[in-house]
Amino acid sequence: MYQIKRKKELNPTVTLMEIDAPLVAAKAEPGQFIILRVDEAGERIPLTVADYDREKGTVTIIFQIVGATTQALNHKQEGEFIVDFVGPLGTPSHVEGLRKVAVVGGGVGCAIAYPIAKKLHSLGAEVHSIVGFRSKDLLILEDEFKACSDKYVVMTDDGSYGQKGLVTNALEELIKSGEQYDEVIAIGPLIMMKFVCKLTKEYGIKTMVSMNPIMIDGTGMCGGCRLTVGGKTKFACVDGPDFDGHEVDFDEAMERGTMYREFERHAHEKTCQLFAKEVQ
Amino acid sequence: MPNMSLKKNEMPSQAPDVRNKNFGEVALGYTKEQAVDEANRCLGCKNKPCVGHCPVAIDIPAFIGKIKEEDFEGAYQIIQKSSSLPAVCGRVCPQETQCEGKCVRGIKGEPVAIGRLERFVADWHNAHAEKKADAPAKNGHKVAVVGSGPAGLTCAGEMAKRGYDVSVFEALHQAGGVLVYGIPEFRLPKSIVQKEIDGLKEMGVEIDTNVVIGRTLSVDELFEQGYEAVFIGSGAGLPRFMNIPGENLKGVYSANEFLTRVNLMKAYKEENPTPIMHARKVAVVGGGNVAMDAARCAKRLGAEEVYIVYRRSEAELPARAEEVEHAKEEGIIFKLLTNPVEILGDESKFVSGMKCVQMELGEPDESGRRRPVVKEGSEFVLDVDCVIMSIGTSPNPLIKSTTSGLDTQKWGGIIADEKTGQTSREGVFAGGDAVTGAATVILAMGAGKDAAAAMDEYIQNKNK
Repeated sequence: MYQIKRKKELNPTVTLMEIDAPLVAAKAEPGQFIILRVDEAGERIPLTVADYDREKGTVTIIFQIVGATTQALNHKQEGEFIVDFVGPLGTPSHVEGLRKVAVVGGGVGCAIAYPIAKKLHSLGAEVHSIVGFRSKDLLILEDEFKACSDKYVVMTDDGSYGQKGLVTNALEELIKSGEQYDEVIAIGPLIMMKFVCKLTKEYGIKTMVSMNPIMIDGTGMCGGCRLTVGGKTKFACVDGPDFDGHEVDFDEAMERGTMYREFERHAHEKTCQLFAKEVQ
Repeated sequence: MPNMSLKKNEMPSQAPDVRNKNFGEVALGYTKEQAVDEANRCLGCKNKPCVGHCPVAIDIPAFIGKIKEEDFEGAYQIIQKSSSLPAVCGRVCPQETQCEGKCVRGIKGEPVAIGRLERFVADWHNAHAEKKADAPAKNGHKVAVVGSGPAGLTCAGEMAKRGYDVSVFEALHQAGGVLVYGIPEFRLPKSIVQKEIDGLKEMGVEIDTNVVIGRTLSVDELFEQGYEAVFIGSGAGLPRFMNIPGENLKGVYSANEFLTRVNLMKAYKEENPTPIMHARKVAVVGGGNVAMDAARCAKRLGAEEVYIVYRRSEAELPARAEEVEHAKEEGIIFKLLTNPVEILGDESKFVSGMKCVQMELGEPDESGRRRPVVKEGSEFVLDVDCVIMSIGTSPNPLIKSTTSGLDTQKWGGIIADEKTGQTSREGVFAGGDAVTGAATVILAMGAGKDAAAAMDEYIQNKNK
């Protein structure tokens, strides 16, 4: 059993939890992920490590409430326990040797981008963070990003905060203004990563993306997380989750992500009704 | 006077058209009377050809002798000396090619139903045994076991019997390895696996779930923590695909994923949150036991038609004859001498069919089996909406890449001595699918048992 040490709502649909998991905290690096189960009959879901504290023995996760399981997780309170928490899984992001990097985060993907920006900053790299959200009330981790970024740009779809537009607009502007990046690291919705990669390919800038496909075991056994990278089948759980974005078949990944859409919608509705009953 | 019937006592089973709609166990087990009657078919040969073909060398005529005397607990004690998982082996061992394959009664008629008798004895013990075995006296040494499948559990049990403190590290949330994520409930009820694991815990074996060796902890760190030897039984690894177009369409599973969803995550229960596709027509590609399991699960999930698509003929099917027969009884359709060349998708990228070619058998290849060659102009489309690839696995690179001095084969399997499981690194032993590639539960158990003996000797010598 793994205790929830801290819980904080970052915005109405995104929650942060600090979980007591000393073995995972001792090893976790930016870019890696964990798999958890909320309760005994629960499904296994992967979540990327958002932060870790080796001394306290805790790992921070940030999740968007999208389906039945994240909803059940969000229902847990500080001091309560979840049954399983395993990791760190996947290979850490390669950040060594980079001197100037644009870190692009979209929505809850910022939770994954943040520890990478932080690590780059601690290694002395110049970090330009570009974060995008639908609107101001969905903004997360602003202070955290500011603390580790030499430049920090916020984009919102509706212009309610920062600049109106997409992260690709901001990135292109910076590139055009003469900023020369060793690498772009883009983490967010698949569609965002696809278009960031399209842009950086034009400018010939190496771009790494973090893939978060459907997974079961996360340890290299089921093959459910497979995707096509450079024309070859790769497994996100052991070969990734970071891949060269210019090689990833995003269209296929987007299709595969919708495999259980119907099932999830039903499960989500059922859970909603269950919690509604509990409240009554 | 021995029972000279040429036929085995039939195994009572659920009727095929009933069982292919539920996940309850197919074979129901002998009654006491059937067991004693079957035991009386054993001639008690002095030279015991059966024992030599049991990977863990159970004294078969001796335990069957006890059944004849109706001393079922006595029979259990004899099996238990050699096997840590009798209720499992009685169900999933390929007895026809092992003990029963060498039974003298099999020369004229059917062999003694050794597997069914083993299962009877283990189930009888689980239902009747009152006093749990005492934990053996500790010898003050500790060892680590990586993976809690058949190889790891056997090694752990053998080491605990010798007095070692044993820690088993399991990556998943539940112990049992392939016994829980792979083999379906209807062939091996999970309560039986749990009983065997509980038995190990009573002997003092500690099982740490949610620990991925190679990530959470490394083999080097296990030694730093004071473990004197490490056994690696990490299993088969990543699924293989055919590298044909359409394999990443929605509705294409590896057998590992499909079975894990159904067995470990219990996706067949409607209230369960883990999703699984309830397909209309399913093609399972491959002819091994895993393919049979996947096909029979798909049928139970409600598929109208389930095909086994295999490129050789029936004689070459690697699955056990009994599994093939059960699958056929349940209505699985065998498309033999058939090979997929492309999986077709609809506009929303769900599987809509599988293009196949027909094969014929040519000259024998390096495996000694006749090589299938494509029949010209035989292409056709099989109408399916789900495809399950069950064509084997390749080893997980995680432990190799994080353990210094551990040599592997070109294809990734850990190199280990056939008799002792000793790897290229001192103090590290390995066995099961991680060494051999996909094989059987009993071979993995045999490897775990042999490695335990070698680990014991290694630690004894080191501390002399």
